[in-house]
Amino acid sequence: MTKRSIAQILIGIDGDTVLSGARKIKTKLITELNRQGLSDQIQVIETGSIGPVNKGVVIGIYPTGEIYGNVTEKDIIEFVQERFVKGRPYKKLLLSEKLQAEIDLTDNDSRKTQYHGRIVLDNCGKINPENIEEYIGVGGYEALGRVLKEKRPEDVIQVIKDSGLKGRGGAGFPTGLKWSFAAKAKINPKYIICNADEGEPGTFKDRLIMEGDPHKVLEGMAICGYAIGANIGYIYIRGEYQLSIQRLKKAIEDAEKLGLLGKNIFGTNFDFEVKIKIGAGSYVCGEETTLLNSMEGFRGQPRFKPPFPAESGFLAKPTNVNNVETFANISPIILNGAEWFKKFGTENSPGTKVYAVLGHIKRPGVIEVPMGVTLREIIYDYAGGMSSGSLKMAQIGGTAGNILSPESLDVPLDYQSLKEVGYSLGSGAILIMNETVSIVDFIKCCMKFFVHESCGKCTPCREGTRHIYEILDRISSGKGKIEDIEILKLLGENMKDTSFCPLGQSAPNSLLNSLSLFPEEYNSLLLKE
Amino acid sequence: MIAKVKEIIKKHGNKRENLLQILHDIQNQNQENYISEENIKTLSEEMKIPVSDIKGTASFYSMYSFVPRGKYIIRICESPPCHILGAQTIFDAVEKKLGIKEGETTKDGLFTLEETSCLGICGVAPAMMINDEAYGNLDEKRINEILEQIQEKERKQL
Repeated sequence: MTKRSIAQILIGIDGDTVLSGARKIKTKLITELNRQGLSDQIQVIETGSIGPVNKGVVIGIYPTGEIYGNVTEKDIIEFVQERFVKGRPYKKLLLSEKLQAEIDLTDNDSRKTQYHGRIVLDNCGKINPENIEEYIGVGGYEALGRVLKEKRPEDVIQVIKDSGLKGRGGAGFPTGLKWSFAAKAKINPKYIICNADEGEPGTFKDRLIMEGDPHKVLEGMAICGYAIGANIGYIYIRGEYQLSIQRLKKAIEDAEKLGLLGKNIFGTNFDFEVKIKIGAGSYVCGEETTLLNSMEGFRGQPRFKPPFPAESGFLAKPTNVNNVETFANISPIILNGAEWFKKFGTENSPGTKVYAVLGHIKRPGVIEVPMGVTLREIIYDYAGGMSSGSLKMAQIGGTAGNILSPESLDVPLDYQSLKEVGYSLGSGAILIMNETVSIVDFIKCCMKFFVHESCGKCTPCREGTRHIYEILDRISSGKGKIEDIEILKLLGENMKDTSFCPLGQSAPNSLLNSLSLFPEEYNSLLLKE
Repeated sequence: MIAKVKEIIKKHGNKRENLLQILHDIQNQNQENYISEENIKTLSEEMKIPVSDIKGTASFYSMYSFVPRGKYIIRICESPPCHILGAQTIFDAVEKKLGIKEGETTKDGLFTLEETSCLGICGVAPAMMINDEAYGNLDEKRINEILEQIQEKERKQL
């Protein structure tokens, strides 16, 4: 395992600083860090203008936030020695406090680094996720401390309501409102559940959040516990995520040792304990009532709603279930306020969204972008464009999501805008495909997944998925008949309308989209009579 | 074996809500990676849950097996993101190399081949997992290398 960097030196590169020798200084810094054996712990990053003018070469240190000006080549040896070997500020070049205060390096808004605009993944890759002190070093558990000492539970819920945060698991239900339901329930004990059963094919954002910044998820859960009056939290995590499970277990132990979880947190009378429940390989368990059945040790089949989990959830007690990404948004909102959060994203869908972008693109991976960014921007700006061929279609929201054609490239990706054109944002998977992908073959593959994952409780889903799969199989082998197309539509519509849970209701989404977007491709495979 | 199962139940407590974790632990400590008929009987008696109920619950979840499996379980993802990047070729390559089909175990008891839903490592699709180890950006050449390495390691240990 490679060592994570514990600090970063940001060196401002712009017209002025380059003339003052910024690039040479950067090289010198790297050489000197190497010589001191610090190069794997301290990273040198070029950034835009840091702020101060007429101060020559300016460098900032992250996460501590101090800024140095008029740095010259001959300062570097002494600077590295003082600042990083001995670990104290290099006073000779330190800017005045007033100037430093104007440029808050630790504030996301003004920090123009490669991490600009990240809320959820802000610490990922910057801190060592297995070291709680590093999390505390970047302001971790401060939000929890403030909440416990300064806010009443109803104030916390109000901040979350005001921020406009919506559940990041796919359905987009307002988080503050959800919390208020469980807070009202009079029965005790109450439970918090973090849904980490990330099974949507093509989605692995929650895994990266848990592996990269596990404490942020725990802190969000504890704040939620305080807000609704629960003292026990569970993380229901898929069994395949071994590294996430290890990291979370370590994070829980470390936080308990420091009194940040467990009994009397921050010396208050609030107790909050987090336990882990491991899933056993079932996609439908990501649905919240199914998850509850699985947590209780039963088959993963959905429950009828109402009663909603807020009223009767885990072991029939009031339960609040949120996604990993939702919990990771909580402490930044508490620290920076609802108004700050609303600066990101769109009016109806504030904040950022974490996507896993995959397929025929140059840079597959996870990105965090403001809500409302278009598919065009994601493909061409963030993912580096197509890796081969031209864009044929994109599937957003995972296998249960929708198929978009190139005509929809400019629809903003947020809950409201997508709803208006009949789509949904789903889990945050974006699969980009070029013309080599056969639509019938692709949809058949999606449906095979649902045949396997349908829990069997209701007929429309259990039978519908299988029949659709068989018809698609027939069409792809050249034996399809004209009337098969109508049957596919009928089955799909029926499943959407009559299935018991969101699995069956969303399984035919991509099929139905593809039938209207690519009818000629289906027709070309049918038997000619 | 009965004693071991009892020990696991004792560790987690015999409440129904702990059933999944208990099943995981029983399977993990079995060298052949499965839950036996005998295990289920013990579970049933200790937890006061009918055998049919335990079987019904456990068989719902794809991570549990009720037949002996190889020392190394190869799981290949056939979800759409891996599919469009060539997961079928990966399957063919493993089948060719080991001479087993999906769900089968090699005669030497070393490998079992399974198809799985998304492994959550699609950033490096097409991908597979061998026990807890993930491998991405696969092609036939790399698969052969990986499998040969394991075979070599096992041969040395004999």
